[in-house]
Amino acid sequence: MCGAITGGLSVAGIDTTKEAVIQGRVLRAGSPVAGAYVRLLDPSGEFTAEVPTSATGHFRFFAGEGTWTLRTLAPGAKADRAVRAARGSVADVEVELEAA
Amino acid sequence: MSRHEVLVDADWVAEHGSDENVVLVEVDEDTTAYDGGHIAGAVKVDWKKDLQDPVRRDFVNKEQFELLLSSRGISNDDTVVLYGGNNNWFAAYAYWYFKLYGHGDARLLDGGRKKWELDARPLSTENVTRPASSYTASEPNTDIRAFRDEVVAAIGNKSLVDVRSPDEFAGRLLAPAHLPQEQSQRGGHIPTAVNVPWSKAANDDGTFKSDDELKKIYSAAGVNWDGDIIAYCRIGERSAHTWFVLQELLGQSNVKNYDGSWTEYGSLVGVPVAVGDEPGQA
Repeated sequence: MCGAITGGLSVAGIDTTKEAVIQGRVLRAGSPVAGAYVRLLDPSGEFTAEVPTSATGHFRFFAGEGTWTLRTLAPGAKADRAVRAARGSVADVEVELEAA
Repeated sequence: MSRHEVLVDADWVAEHGSDENVVLVEVDEDTTAYDGGHIAGAVKVDWKKDLQDPVRRDFVNKEQFELLLSSRGISNDDTVVLYGGNNNWFAAYAYWYFKLYGHGDARLLDGGRKKWELDARPLSTENVTRPASSYTASEPNTDIRAFRDEVVAAIGNKSLVDVRSPDEFAGRLLAPAHLPQEQSQRGGHIPTAVNVPWSKAANDDGTFKSDDELKKIYSAAGVNWDGDIIAYCRIGERSAHTWFVLQELLGQSNVKNYDGSWTEYGSLVGVPVAVGDEPGQA
């Protein structure tokens, strides 16, 4: 499996058979939010990783199998989203922030 | 050391950032962050290009460090305020590195870039140049840097603190989850190490927790305050963050950062490795 995912980031160059990819985009009122911070929390709520979103609002993690929480921080906003990751698949998530 | 000597907040930077003897330094893994906008007046240090030897896996030497700081216009008696992305991981690494080479007054901006951005404070894209200085570094202080043989000898004898995420500690992940996982070394941790993820020491916005909270966290994990402590992670940057907490905020004088960390230890032939969530036996 390679090439672009509908509506998501391209996974070209990533061996998705070995990775449990969680990726997506942060939006506010339908527009991408650049420079938001997305953190990946494990089932116990412990921090596992964090990335700032790109200019187009995108983020990506290489997780392990299981259920994770995406916690998004942006000026004046915080959102939690649950997501399931599995090796060999790409979980695409859109995080909608409340309008500031 | 105590908190007010090593940590500044954004208001302090706004007030003193352009003082004559204050130099703001942004340190990142991803240096495009600086180029896209930095705190006004801050110079850039590239964690990889500027602080790692280009050939061997090691630090730049004393002379190279002197050249680097001189080129950035940093003098020995300047107050250097470090900050960066990744919750200050690489800024803490640079702080530790500056201390290794004997810099007197170094501080971290609490919360780093993230807190600054979340508070919607201004960033500048203006090119920053400072007149070159003539910096003199000390010989490396290995009282704060651990090497592999010392780490192997510490199993069962000293407090080893693995500051990676629980999944990395257990061997279920080989790298932080923002990086691809395909790596050759074994997964797991150094036997007898306790797992106190670096993030336990920080709030969501990247600022450090209070001294009381910090002391409780490491005490509860079984860290022996009277003995020597060695912190490690994957490449030594998150454990520099924990080194900063233990040595600089909590005032322990017996803490080392093992910058070889799991990418070295997990590739060594013949050393013991523990997998799973428990520290394991010596």
